[in-house]
Amino acid sequence: MNWTTDFLNQLIDVGISLDRRDAINRVSTTAVWQIEDKHWQQFAITALVENLRWVAGWAEQADEQFMVNACFEKNGVYVVLRTVINAVKPELPTQATVYPAANRSERHTQDMFGIKFMGHPDNRRWTRHQAWDKHQYPLRKDFPAQGSPVEITPPDMHYDFIKGHGAGVYEIPVGPVHAGIIEPGHFRFLAVGELILNLEERLGYVHKGIEKIAEGRTPESLARLAGRVSGDSTVAHCWAACMAMEQAADVIVPNRAAFIRGIVAERERIANHLGDMGAICNDVAFTFAQMQFTRLRERWLRTNATVFGHRLLMDVIVPAGVRCDVSPVACELLKQDIAWLKKELSEIIPSIDLNSSLEDRLYTAGYLSPEIAAAFGTVGYVGRASGQDFDVRRDAVYPPYNQFTFKVAVEDQGDIASRFWVRHKEIMASLKLISQFIEQLPEGDISTPWITPVIDSEGLGIVDGFRGEIISYVRFAAHNKIARFYPRDPSILNWPALEKLVLNNIVPDFPVCNKSLNGSYSGNDL
Amino acid sequence: MLNMIKKIVTTGIVTEKYKAPKDDELETLGIEIKRRIDKKFSGSIAIRQVDAGSCNGCELEIHALNNPFYDVERFGIHFVASPRHADVLLVTGPVSRHMQTALLRTYDATPNPKWVVAVGDCAVCGGEFGQSYASCGAVSNVIPVDVTISGCPPTPLALMKGLLGLIDSR
Repeated sequence: MNWTTDFLNQLIDVGISLDRRDAINRVSTTAVWQIEDKHWQQFAITALVENLRWVAGWAEQADEQFMVNACFEKNGVYVVLRTVINAVKPELPTQATVYPAANRSERHTQDMFGIKFMGHPDNRRWTRHQAWDKHQYPLRKDFPAQGSPVEITPPDMHYDFIKGHGAGVYEIPVGPVHAGIIEPGHFRFLAVGELILNLEERLGYVHKGIEKIAEGRTPESLARLAGRVSGDSTVAHCWAACMAMEQAADVIVPNRAAFIRGIVAERERIANHLGDMGAICNDVAFTFAQMQFTRLRERWLRTNATVFGHRLLMDVIVPAGVRCDVSPVACELLKQDIAWLKKELSEIIPSIDLNSSLEDRLYTAGYLSPEIAAAFGTVGYVGRASGQDFDVRRDAVYPPYNQFTFKVAVEDQGDIASRFWVRHKEIMASLKLISQFIEQLPEGDISTPWITPVIDSEGLGIVDGFRGEIISYVRFAAHNKIARFYPRDPSILNWPALEKLVLNNIVPDFPVCNKSLNGSYSGNDL
Repeated sequence: MLNMIKKIVTTGIVTEKYKAPKDDELETLGIEIKRRIDKKFSGSIAIRQVDAGSCNGCELEIHALNNPFYDVERFGIHFVASPRHADVLLVTGPVSRHMQTALLRTYDATPNPKWVVAVGDCAVCGGEFGQSYASCGAVSNVIPVDVTISGCPPTPLALMKGLLGLIDSR
């Protein structure tokens, strides 16, 4: 029995009437509830009481109106909340005062559409820097994709950072160009001595207009773009976008293709976790682990190249299937890889587990309490290390995971060490899943013919990437063209948690705190 | 501790041998070198990597250059934390308009003589993102480029050949 029946009754009690559509399309089970704009905030208040998690928010333009969406989840059941507002004076009561997770998302919608969220606790711009004017809104239909940029976009100088006052408080500006091989973003610290008093993130530097340039693409072209929302999650993002498009087109992917998607998605998870575990150790100067893990990662990627033709597995997933099959020889190779990695880890992990210098640095550092993790709706290893027992693969199953059971790693220790060990447990679970996928790989086609979806059909792809839940919304226009694409990377929910977990840590521990969370800048900035 | 030493010893050296690439080999890898590093420089170059808007795929492969298989430092190529210490800027991504000034300032902060290597299809030609209200496209639209290494993302091998081609010591 799912929670929606009770919840609908409660909405009636508080006077919210809604227009119900039981599913967003014929394939999905996600319901669409349309309410009046004036109830937007009241809905959030009722939802919070019932412990619904705020998942994603996006808008789109339809002629003289804007359609605003917010997605909620509880016990693996998703609901899309929708309202329609007039484009002449677009206003909507904010949900950010109820759900802090909605804060940046609403600011993004405000910058991109010019929709004003009334009562929003933070009226500063977010995605907009200086590349377009205050009164221009890139995702409106009358805004050309080329825009009207000036020769040199000026720097974003006057963002109103939170100020610290009093003796001994000083500011440390970091970025956008960082000191390592990492993505750009700005961090503004307020510190007293070495202690971090406050951290403010200023992102948006890698905003590439993904949502805008997605419009008018074909399904194949959108899959390619989705695979480049965040390079490290190329498989997961591509899968989510394809799932959304396949729902809209009413295409059922052959079971063999679903299994191969499962194999590549779990291989991506393992590759990233290996990289992260090494990098966390490297950030506390424990290079033995860094060298060993990068060695493991490199061999793992080489097998990807041999079997799937791409080290990072880009464009392996295509709409309606996968691009390449897995031969019996390749299956053997994948199995050997699993046995090899298990053996290697069994030798490396004990030396790490028993190392006191690592214990000193990783335990208790960067603590994220389960309460804050829940309040921001954090997902993936960040949520799971802070008691958030949620995994799309188990709780909102999709093929091939619906044919298997596995254990979701959950801890409530909430520190960097916990995020490290959750990753290790996830690698072990993924290795087991891949063996099972290969063992039970069904015969059959690896793709099915594409069907042009009817105009206005929509889909919501939800998959679990290595960082956690990825949401991908797609609406089709006529002639197989994309009208709207919104990918919600897990980083969007996890980034705000970094501002909290670094508090009362020392500035020199920031890199390792940041690495333990490993947010994607590109996935956040779109 | 003994476990660690045992693992280090049994792992041995996994670093692979590479020869400096010939010009036709560079061509087949999609690497174009317009200007080579002065002979006096050869043997040591300091690289400042700048992500000007990439999806982070290129960063993953640039990271791989430092793993024990490629160990790019043995060729005198090392990554530095400041453009002021750098001879070469390794730039990825289409240049997002929000990063345009940051890239220009990084370029200005790099002392002469300096070289710019554009890494990945986006940096070379705009790639999947091209030019738009949010993206300037190729790196050469913003700063002069000396070497281009194509690929989405380029493999560590292609990156290494491109860098070795740049510091050609003939």
